[in-house]
Amino acid sequence: MKNRTLLVYACFYLAFLYLPVLVLPLFSFNNSAFIAFPLTGFTTRWYGALADSALQQALVNSLRVGIAAALLSTLLGLLAAKAVTRYRLKGRNAALGLISLPLFIPDIVLGISLLLLVGTMGLPLSLVAVMLGHLLICVPFSLAVLIARFEGFDRNLEEASADLGEDGWMTFWRVTCPLMLPGIVASLLLTFITSFDEFLVAYFLSGTEATLPVYIWSQLRFPARLPMVLALGTIILAVSVVLVVLAEKLRNQGVKKPMVGA
Amino acid sequence: MSFLAVSKVSKSFGGPAIVDAVDLSVERGAFFALLGPSGCGKTTLLRMIAGFETPDSGTITIDGAVMNAVPPNLRPTNMVFQSYAIFPHLNVFDNIAYGLRKLRLPGDELRRRVEAMLATVRLEGLGGRAADQLSGGQRQRVALARALVRQPKVLLLDEPLGALDKRLRETMQIELRAIQRKVGITFLLVTHDQEEALSLSDRVAVMSGGRILQIASPRELYERPNCREVADFIGEINFFHATVKGMSDGNVTVNAGLLGIVTLPSANVAPSITAGDHILLAIRPEHIRVGGQGVAGEIVTATFLGERSHFHVKIAGRTELVAVSGQAPSGKDVMLAFPAEKLIAVPTL
Repeated sequence: MKNRTLLVYACFYLAFLYLPVLVLPLFSFNNSAFIAFPLTGFTTRWYGALADSALQQALVNSLRVGIAAALLSTLLGLLAAKAVTRYRLKGRNAALGLISLPLFIPDIVLGISLLLLVGTMGLPLSLVAVMLGHLLICVPFSLAVLIARFEGFDRNLEEASADLGEDGWMTFWRVTCPLMLPGIVASLLLTFITSFDEFLVAYFLSGTEATLPVYIWSQLRFPARLPMVLALGTIILAVSVVLVVLAEKLRNQGVKKPMVGA
Repeated sequence: MSFLAVSKVSKSFGGPAIVDAVDLSVERGAFFALLGPSGCGKTTLLRMIAGFETPDSGTITIDGAVMNAVPPNLRPTNMVFQSYAIFPHLNVFDNIAYGLRKLRLPGDELRRRVEAMLATVRLEGLGGRAADQLSGGQRQRVALARALVRQPKVLLLDEPLGALDKRLRETMQIELRAIQRKVGITFLLVTHDQEEALSLSDRVAVMSGGRILQIASPRELYERPNCREVADFIGEINFFHATVKGMSDGNVTVNAGLLGIVTLPSANVAPSITAGDHILLAIRPEHIRVGGQGVAGEIVTATFLGERSHFHVKIAGRTELVAVSGQAPSGKDVMLAFPAEKLIAVPTL
């Protein structure tokens, strides 16, 4: 009895979370330029309308920014995670707090400050500026994922490998790499998605080189373009879900129970 | 030349010496224990022998070869870590086979060796088990097998039983000893558990503050500690202040206050003691004869422990000591005898 109540609650909860999102794919296949019920028919023509050069340029911009931000923030996160987990550092907690702070600063504040900064330094608004802004947002995610990974990693494992006859390179290859790899891949996926979906900082810093979210925002001014935006949103949604699920799967893979005596 | 020799080895990490001019020699095939409280430098010494730390001075030789500049991966030692350090991404078989890669054995020879080692540590049939599905005792066995399969000249064990519960620890102690006899490899064990050190080893070095206090067989350590710290650290013991009156060959006469004038065999007297010294006389609780002819005392507490009883006794109204006896005396008043051949004399410091 009680279980059934909980089940109903859980269903409502999931519906509340995901029905609004599902409106996007639903209308993206609706054969009408107006977003309203009842649905008028099935079409894929809005997806055909995506073959637009400005859109494709925005997609390429977003991919470039996302890949660069993912690689750089994961590298920085890896170094910082190694430092805070492997060495006794003075000001360790202060450093961690400062690195994580951008998570709690509203993106619009971050976006405006970065705009002012770039302006006063006389730098051009560009994808490089967007990427640097995204680094601020992405590094905390990368750090969180990688610290968790390092902490589940007994330092003696690397020593045990040396003890069993392997040199530094083989130890990295046979022990460190396999144990850190799921964390590194998870960090790459998460930071890529974070950068790819980010709008506010990109809006302020991208100048004339729109990223995909900025492009979508610009298209919302034209009602006729709305179904096309829905189609695009559907694709982004699908890819995001796949990547996040993949990242979570990897992040949890091989995370072991606490070791006896460790 | 002993098999494993540590000579004048010192190590500090910037501050005071953690290991201070330690000399140690271990015979081939011995089961040797380094015993001491935590922070006494025993683990640092072990890690220097394994090659994870470099001595500031002194030399370490194994089977005649100086090890100081040899990195851990090229030393003829293997280690069982306190945390066991089982590779979590490998199963039991691959953990044990990890250190055999360099030998480039054919597949069935590798399999035969690993299976034989699984049998030695009594994990037959568990080769395919994932590392995270092992119990504490099984992890310990895998760590042992992984180190032994390389047939090291010296096996180093860092508190190997510390993470196990009491019952399992006792079982593993017996098994560890049996495995050592079977493989015949020199074992060097680090522990803070005196019972473990005494029951497992042929010889024990007691360490404190980075120095070695005494190296002896377990029996000798218990019966003839050479200083107060060793006497205190190994088992329970009672101390009395005393003064050496005279030494003749074979015997030493001391004025032991409450116990009167006592003559004890000089084998029971630490070598550094000379006539006129202020010393400590020590006796184990089980060596005090409760109900014997001697000093009158008053029982403060008596604890019945089954086959024996444990007493706290006051003598002369102040000195409190511990005695163990098979039969419980009746009443509060008790006579205690201190057999001279069981008294040990150690320096006061």
